[in-house]
Amino acid sequence: MASSRFCEVQQAPPIEVFAVSKAFTDSTNEKKVNLSVGAYRTDEGKPWVLPVVRKVEQELAADNTLNHEYLPILGLEAFSTAAAKMLLGATHPAITGGRVTAVQTLSGTGGLRVAAEFLGRVLKYNTAYHSAPTWGNHNLIFKQAGFTNIAPYRYWDGGKRGLNFDGMIEDLSNAPENSVIILHACAHNPTGVDPTQEQWKKIADVIEKRKLFPLFDSAYQGFASGDLDNDAWAVRYFAERGFEMMGTQSFSKNFGLYNERIGNLMVVVKDTACIVPMKSQLTLLVRGSYSNPPCHGARIVSRVLNDPALFEEWKGCIRTMSGRIIEMRKGLRERLEKLGTPGTWDHITAQIGMFSFTGLTAAQAKHIADKYHIFLLSSGRINMCGITTGNIDHVAEAINDAVCNITN
Amino acid sequence: MALTPVRTINNLIKNTTPSLYHVAARANSWWSGVEMGPPDAILGVTEAFKRDTNPKKMNLGVGAYRDDSGKPFVLPSVRKAEELILSQKLDKEYLPISGNAEFCKKAIGLALGDDHPALTDGLNVTVQGISGTGALRIGSTFLSKFFPGPKTVWLPAPTWGNHVPIFKHVNMDVQQYRYYDPNTCGFNFTGALEDIRKIPENSLIMLHACAHNPTGVDPKDEHWDELSKVIKERKLLPFFDMAYQGFASGDVAKDAYAVRKFLADGHKICLSQSFSKNMGLYGERAGAFSIICNDKDEAARVLSQVKILIRPLYSNPPLHGSRIVATILNTPELHSIWLNDVKGIIFPSSKQFNMAERCEGHNFSLFLNSSIWLNDVKGMADRIIAMRSKLKANLEKEGSVRNWTHITEQIGMFCFTGMTPQQVEKLTKEHSVYLTKDGRISVAGIASTNVDYLAHAMHQVTK
Repeated sequence: MASSRFCEVQQAPPIEVFAVSKAFTDSTNEKKVNLSVGAYRTDEGKPWVLPVVRKVEQELAADNTLNHEYLPILGLEAFSTAAAKMLLGATHPAITGGRVTAVQTLSGTGGLRVAAEFLGRVLKYNTAYHSAPTWGNHNLIFKQAGFTNIAPYRYWDGGKRGLNFDGMIEDLSNAPENSVIILHACAHNPTGVDPTQEQWKKIADVIEKRKLFPLFDSAYQGFASGDLDNDAWAVRYFAERGFEMMGTQSFSKNFGLYNERIGNLMVVVKDTACIVPMKSQLTLLVRGSYSNPPCHGARIVSRVLNDPALFEEWKGCIRTMSGRIIEMRKGLRERLEKLGTPGTWDHITAQIGMFSFTGLTAAQAKHIADKYHIFLLSSGRINMCGITTGNIDHVAEAINDAVCNITN
Repeated sequence: MALTPVRTINNLIKNTTPSLYHVAARANSWWSGVEMGPPDAILGVTEAFKRDTNPKKMNLGVGAYRDDSGKPFVLPSVRKAEELILSQKLDKEYLPISGNAEFCKKAIGLALGDDHPALTDGLNVTVQGISGTGALRIGSTFLSKFFPGPKTVWLPAPTWGNHVPIFKHVNMDVQQYRYYDPNTCGFNFTGALEDIRKIPENSLIMLHACAHNPTGVDPKDEHWDELSKVIKERKLLPFFDMAYQGFASGDVAKDAYAVRKFLADGHKICLSQSFSKNMGLYGERAGAFSIICNDKDEAARVLSQVKILIRPLYSNPPLHGSRIVATILNTPELHSIWLNDVKGIIFPSSKQFNMAERCEGHNFSLFLNSSIWLNDVKGMADRIIAMRSKLKANLEKEGSVRNWTHITEQIGMFCFTGMTPQQVEKLTKEHSVYLTKDGRISVAGIASTNVDYLAHAMHQVTK
């Protein structure tokens, strides 16, 4: 057989979150639970297409004036403007001062990639910091975008199961000038641990002093506390303090539009004259990557954000989702405490958003998967949305068993 | 807009001491060093067109199909597919990194034939991409990392402008082989063969499968046969860009001749496909990237690496467009109506019939219609071919003595008219006809109501 150009290509390591999900799908155990992938589930354990989304899709389909023409390279402007206002607040001085620009992106990942390409290739930054731990893809994205120096800043304190604030401040204080600092706007993935407002102020102090560049990853606005303004506090604070910064937004979770890839990249500048050249460079980056973004998701979100009645309806949906998660957090903690599971479990309710860093070890996670067919990540991260009133006892039992019987 | 004092000072410093400028700039803003990027040639044309107040203005710049009233055309097969999808109330869960599996299967099946041995043997890696651009970018990214030959892509001269940055952004070089002959406004077969024979062995060569953009000039089948031989002799890896299958001749099999011939000749090709034009799904970004591998094991390894590259781009692709494509291609009736619609774009003399007539007596709730799509595609192709004929005929009627045969010989959405940049400028300034400087017109932008205006204008600037 003729030899091939590609015979040297090695099998790539599987990406954990998808491998774990596959293990769940393959399992035939009737009590199986998927606590790995980050998608919302109803109390019946089913995906939830938001009623307001279905309603808007019907409207769009019935609208014969709509077609499938190309969006501009930087996307649907009505969407981007509304999304930026959602993040900063419509009356934020940065917005009213014309110092905010935003472009549509391929969800949060796409926003981060465009941001990284711009910061790396146009501004020639080469250093980025991310929290330890962070969403697995942060590192890959910046690496692919050409950053040569990617380092962690301390974040998760396994001992107290909370924020290692002093460690974080120390590491940021040692970061070289122009380092890009990736910050989770709220509902930190994977830990669920967010800084307090006082802590954010001190973080801002260091970033300002060291002339670092803040990049906010906002994938859960509204989804964390149920309140859009609450969840945007850190981003707004930084903008108000006069930072130049970027914020990426994902509408996968808070709109349940996972597979439509709808996101936004927001930039806050000091000098409005920079906006036009900056957009021209972003245009070149997007053009050489995918030409222009998909319109379906953008239309849906734009319709909702720009219509007061639909906007209210959507806020109701967010409260439903975040409310159910908070219920499950309470329930899980109560059960673990009732079972007398060794250790403290208040972090389950102190943490916020979709994920919880339970503190379970990789060995314990494996035990839970093997014995109970409950699938979580080896980091101990669980997706709270995978918990329902129907399986919460089973999950609590499994965690209790693992903590009691599996030690390192 | 008046310069702020800060910028005025910056400009002063910039003109005197460049290094000081950068220091001062950094002190004020992160972005002050950002230079203005070059404007996009094609979008610039559309912007100028929008500003023009002449009621007779024509936009022949951007490559998007228009119906005979000059309006965007949503294919009947697409509307039907969307209705069905909506009624199924499916969820919006993440697609896998590689995309919608049904879509991938049907897409490569459309290109090669559903029962092609490469597919039945599982030799293909096919992933969903953000339309053609995204598919090409997945390809360029994969090749820049894993292609064992020279990290250079050989492109036809000329080629779609965006091919260059797609490869340059992944740090690959670009070179050209002769393709278009400006003397004949046709294919430079001898020149292409000569240049390809000189390409270093084991290199990467890009080919437009059909309806070459920007020239509209395609090799004949015999030319493709010869190209295949020479490319094989040089041991080159062919990367086909197929953005117009069905849209060129109105026949999906005919338009795939080169791709299928190369496979039959034993080439293990790379292929990017776009459904922007042939399904009118421009803004939904439906495309696919494929590599034909040696065996199943290699295909699995290659797929695993491709997924690693997609993840840090955008994690997983958008569903909506891919679902429409899969629905159409999966349902025989919709499929053939689509084929007819596409053909109708090329030959509008075919009877255009309305949905109600077609639907009569059929139960569409489950049978969604790949045959409707084939009809739609034929419709589009038919209309374009008619506009080509009319334009040529009208130019002759105007009394032009130039040779305009290339207008009807070229194929697909675009026509390289042969007009010089000066003539183009005159055409725009004096007649409000907008096109790119290279003389390329989008035939899709011509309607039966303005083809004579265009012919008159073209004659005025070329006589």
